[in-house]
Amino acid sequence: MPGLLDERREDREEAEIPTAGMADIAFLLLIFFLVTTTINVDTGIGMTLPPKLDPNQQPPPVKERNLFKILVNAQGELLVEEEPANIGQLRQRVKNHVTNYGENPDLAVSPDKAVISIKTDAQTPYNRYIEVLDEVWMSYREIWDSIARSGSTPQGEEVGLEQTYSSYQEYYNTLDPGDDNKIRDAFGAQISIAEPDTGE
Amino acid sequence: MARFERRTSDTEPGFTTASLPDIVFMLLIFFMVSTVLREQNIKVRTQLPQAEALTKIDQKRLVSKIHIGPLKKGENEGDTRIQIDDALIENRNAIRTIMYNKLQQQPKLIASLKVDQESEMEVINQVQQELREAGALRINYSSNRENPPQ
Repeated sequence: MPGLLDERREDREEAEIPTAGMADIAFLLLIFFLVTTTINVDTGIGMTLPPKLDPNQQPPPVKERNLFKILVNAQGELLVEEEPANIGQLRQRVKNHVTNYGENPDLAVSPDKAVISIKTDAQTPYNRYIEVLDEVWMSYREIWDSIARSGSTPQGEEVGLEQTYSSYQEYYNTLDPGDDNKIRDAFGAQISIAEPDTGE
Repeated sequence: MARFERRTSDTEPGFTTASLPDIVFMLLIFFMVSTVLREQNIKVRTQLPQAEALTKIDQKRLVSKIHIGPLKKGENEGDTRIQIDDALIENRNAIRTIMYNKLQQQPKLIASLKVDQESEMEVINQVQQELREAGALRINYSSNRENPPQ
């Protein structure tokens, strides 16, 4: 009966897939992913390990005055430059050491030559080690903060920033991957994790 | 008032919900992309230490996690063990091979050390020596932000 079909087709509205339920489906999936997502950014203290030592090659010599030695024993007590010390003084002492610029004959000649060495005992609590490492990093951070604010190193040398920033972090956030970090180039941090005793 | 008459005529009032699925889909895609479905089953307890001088690792792709801490055994805790990916490491000298292989796949690898704060440095030193053997020199001591002093 072609006549009847034709007639019906004329009456009918335009064919459409009902999309009203689509939003519901999408919402359902959305809620699932919302619930399962954990947005956690990994944070931590970044370090670079020294490359493996060549047994035939001696490690590069570091002058005694440039080296700032921190020893942490099994009880978590500190020995800084051969004297027992308190962790509260550490930040300032590291700062004094690296910003010495050759003034005091016992402290570092220049910031690039200064090396902070941290040595731990086998039984040192990890917690304590991170605390010490954090203090050392924070003293560098505070120096970098002041460079970011003033645009010049503690010695008064221009770093070449386009503008000043309220903190090092703010400057750091403006950097793209691959950009030179001018503050760190001007005032590098050398923190060394000492070779553990081989246990002889 | 011809305007009133015209209004009452044709279309039914109502919101256009046609673009609603688009918005929802956009959100959906965002969450789908940011979700990490394969959550690791961590067999050791890692209560991270707290620190102030933190850096963020933006590129998650570069990170390889090494968990170090006491083995979870119901209520009580076992001895300190190392877990990389899903496997507990039996022989600590195997770490260099594992990390070396990872480094071949991702030359800019960052080894994120998730170490329980009550661990002793001995195990960390061992792991670090292994990482040096493997040549995976970029490490990160995973820690949480320190609570602001009260």
